[in-house]
Amino acid sequence: MDLLYKIFLDPFVQMGSAPDLLLQTLWEGLVGGVLYALIALGFVLIFKASGVFNFAQGIMVVFAALTLVGLFALLTRVGVSNAHLAAFAALGLTVVVMLGLAIAVEKLVLRPLVNQPDIILFMATFGLTYVLIGLGELIFGGEPKVMITNELFLPRGAWDLEIFGGFVTFQHIDIAAAIIASLMVAGLAVFFSKTRIGRALRAVADSHKAALSVGISLEQIWVIVWFASGLVALVTGIMWAARSDVSFALQIIALRALPVLILGGFTSIPGAIVGGLIIGVGEKLGEFYWGPLLGGGIESWLAYFIALVFLLFRPQGLFGEKIIERV
Amino acid sequence: MSRAVEKRPEAEAAPAAQILSVNNIEVVYDHVILVLKGVSLEVPPGGIVALLGANGAGKTTTLKAISNLLHSERGEVTKGSIVFDGAAVHGLPPNELVRRGCIQVMEGRQCFGHLTVEENLLTGAFTRRDGKAAIRDDLERVYAYFPKLKERRNSLAGYTSGGEQQMTAVGRALMSRPKMILLDEPSMGLAPQIVEEIFEIVHALNEKEKVSFLLAEQNTNMALRYARYGYILENGRVVLDGDAQHLRENEDVKEFYLGMGESGRRSFRDVKHYKRRKRWLA
Repeated sequence: MDLLYKIFLDPFVQMGSAPDLLLQTLWEGLVGGVLYALIALGFVLIFKASGVFNFAQGIMVVFAALTLVGLFALLTRVGVSNAHLAAFAALGLTVVVMLGLAIAVEKLVLRPLVNQPDIILFMATFGLTYVLIGLGELIFGGEPKVMITNELFLPRGAWDLEIFGGFVTFQHIDIAAAIIASLMVAGLAVFFSKTRIGRALRAVADSHKAALSVGISLEQIWVIVWFASGLVALVTGIMWAARSDVSFALQIIALRALPVLILGGFTSIPGAIVGGLIIGVGEKLGEFYWGPLLGGGIESWLAYFIALVFLLFRPQGLFGEKIIERV
Repeated sequence: MSRAVEKRPEAEAAPAAQILSVNNIEVVYDHVILVLKGVSLEVPPGGIVALLGANGAGKTTTLKAISNLLHSERGEVTKGSIVFDGAAVHGLPPNELVRRGCIQVMEGRQCFGHLTVEENLLTGAFTRRDGKAAIRDDLERVYAYFPKLKERRNSLAGYTSGGEQQMTAVGRALMSRPKMILLDEPSMGLAPQIVEEIFEIVHALNEKEKVSFLLAEQNTNMALRYARYGYILENGRVVLDGDAQHLRENEDVKEFYLGMGESGRRSFRDVKHYKRRKRWLA
């Protein structure tokens, strides 16, 4: 009886009695969720267009962030005195590097493996992961680095707002992350639904063969999606690293995106976003209100548990591609 | 060739006059499976040519060899040559062929189910670089041929009927401004009335838009009514070819492909050559 009370009633009583704490928890959950959503978005883009589950998405985030910081250091060393100028030049160059990476992946990995079973392509992205880890360590070294937040005009500091009789803290960087992520998602949505290339991307996602038959070049489309997902990785890397630092440990966030994908559906961009937010908020709420019951630390596995439940009852996820069946 | 009906009328014409000529091609899948064993055919400009034969005779493979969709199915043309519009096209990627005006409408429609009908049609214009206005005009032109598609322009193609999907697939091909459409099994799984409708549109496109068609069909009767010339494939080889009218009147074709031969064959010896073909007709 006591246990039932602790599970089903007590947390809600706490929520009601301290709404400021609830709001703070929700906000932190949403912020974490936005970052999960960004990573998941990178996966979804590639999965939709090529049917490849890109294991390397996590390391792409690290690689992009490392390249940005590394190029910035290089530019300042060769004498670009204005830090902001150097930072944005580094940003532009990183975009070029991500484009180069997309082209290289298409030429060296995807093209030779065309028509191979999905599992082989999946294994190839494993290989790509280790190549990128090696390359990153070789060029930039293995030690953690500080993200150039100030130089990119990313805000620091926080607002402490008095709400519900308590103080709720909103970090500026979190607000910026949410805004930038929303802009990017909106941009992608418009790109997919309104442009010729976007339409072709969706066509490829629907049927490779039919897309080939109408003259869509798969190679071109693959370069575009890998580039798009590289850009998403870059933004994710900047935002994530701004809260900690740039290190190879970041790549495990790729695994955090898995439950998000299962929840939202592997093929749905809205799914990635909503899934990310649900997982982010769920984790924080679970940790804060139900965590003490189980001795804490449930943040690290709650997401996987939710994903498991979804796999049992709704394997295509919340927004997974509707399976069209005509009789 | 078992029994040529008569000499091909086009045979004397210069090969450059044909919009498409396929010369003695061999196709191998997976490096080992020989599917086409020397197929030659020609399509005159503005012509409708039928490619007939049973399941597995090699009709679809022939079309895919021309459009080079074979490559994505681990097939390759190992011998022979393919000339489209005066240039050798063997080995060019499919998008290059579409750009040059040769597009395939695949068997089983293959619409993009999660795109609307209109979006499906627009994907057909992917290779074009002549601007949005021209593409808009062509879209209206396609809707003029397929008024049904205009009604359903905003429905997801996956939810439209089989006939509408076939129309979408043909309309989509038309959006690339083709000189030639390789049409694979347009009658598949459709009601006879719809098949009739589709063939009428093919006829109209041929007359008014001067699009040439190479038509792979199992519905021999229908195909020979609309085509002017026909090739019959069997086991990866052309076994018979001739004017559509001659083919229709040919005793063997009547017996084995049209199902209306005279009863009471003379002897088993005459029949056994065609026995395998007869089985699927039964």
